[in-house]
Amino acid sequence: MANTFELITSTTVGAGGASSIDFTSIASTYTDLLIKLSTRQTGSAVGYQFGIRFNGSSSGYSRILLYGDGVAANAGSGSAETFARIAFTQSSTYTANTFNNVELYIPNYAGSAYKSFSTDGVSEGNATQIYSAGIYAGLWSNTAAITSISISEYSGSGTNFAQYSTAYLYGVKNA
Amino acid sequence: MAAGSTYTPIATTTLASAAASYTFSSIPSTYTDLVLVTNFGADTATYARCRINGDTGSNYSETSVGGNGSLAQSFRDSNVSNGAYITYNGYAGTNAGSAMYTLNFNNYSNTTTYKTILTREAAAASSAGATVSLWRSTAAINSIMLYMNSGNFAIGSTFTLYGIAAA
Repeated sequence: MANTFELITSTTVGAGGASSIDFTSIASTYTDLLIKLSTRQTGSAVGYQFGIRFNGSSSGYSRILLYGDGVAANAGSGSAETFARIAFTQSSTYTANTFNNVELYIPNYAGSAYKSFSTDGVSEGNATQIYSAGIYAGLWSNTAAITSISISEYSGSGTNFAQYSTAYLYGVKNA
Repeated sequence: MAAGSTYTPIATTTLASAAASYTFSSIPSTYTDLVLVTNFGADTATYARCRINGDTGSNYSETSVGGNGSLAQSFRDSNVSNGAYITYNGYAGTNAGSAMYTLNFNNYSNTTTYKTILTREAAAASSAGATVSLWRSTAAINSIMLYMNSGNFAIGSTFTLYGIAAA
């Protein structure tokens, strides 16, 4: 039987850290994409969020999110943004050895319609810092096929992905 | 998530014209779980639902949590007759790619237990949400109809059903 759920590529951040995680030259041979992240940031700020860009584009992103931070359930939104913000993550001041988990699903990434996507993101550290569990609805209002994905901390604060952060890109075929 | 041939496409379609509903029928019982992925737009600001095996009885209930951009909310319904919620807050947006939803039907073909459905909604025009629905029937699921409460799914909307086999 044909393999319809395949690992396309993966990366593990080395000792020097990485400012971004990039998937390039994504083939159009799949129907959907799934990204699984386990990451942490080297910077010390609280409330880091990922930003992703498709095809290097810096326009057309919107989002709605729902998350809990241990105190309250919160909602938020954004439109006409330059990144798609997808999840919160730990900084260097958070509990050692804790990494967030993020799953990002992008259906019909190679089609000619707009690109919607869902994200589930969680972080926890057995401490009273700001950890969270959240779900996101994202939209890139662009009809181009997605051929590259870049993931970084959205605010441009200079923080990096910490060593041992991992990212896996899977392709899903509907036939 | 299972890899390779245990994650198998059962059926898929891309709407060539606007339609009020789409049905997966004659679903085989040979898998363990089902995953339905849909990516759709709509011409009306309303919600979508899912009807199983054509059942129009008051056999559905649901509990949702979601955010609409400004509020985090939760609600529930009992003894619903028009199917299980897919959309938490309604509007998907007009473009066929405006919103995506994944529905998980675990242990869908057993004939002993009621069926629980987990739905994740990602509609940046209206809401991010998660819904658990219950269909109070011990019948194996052999058809799933997705339909708009009013109006149509947009041209180009896609619907794909995958089967996951435990072994």
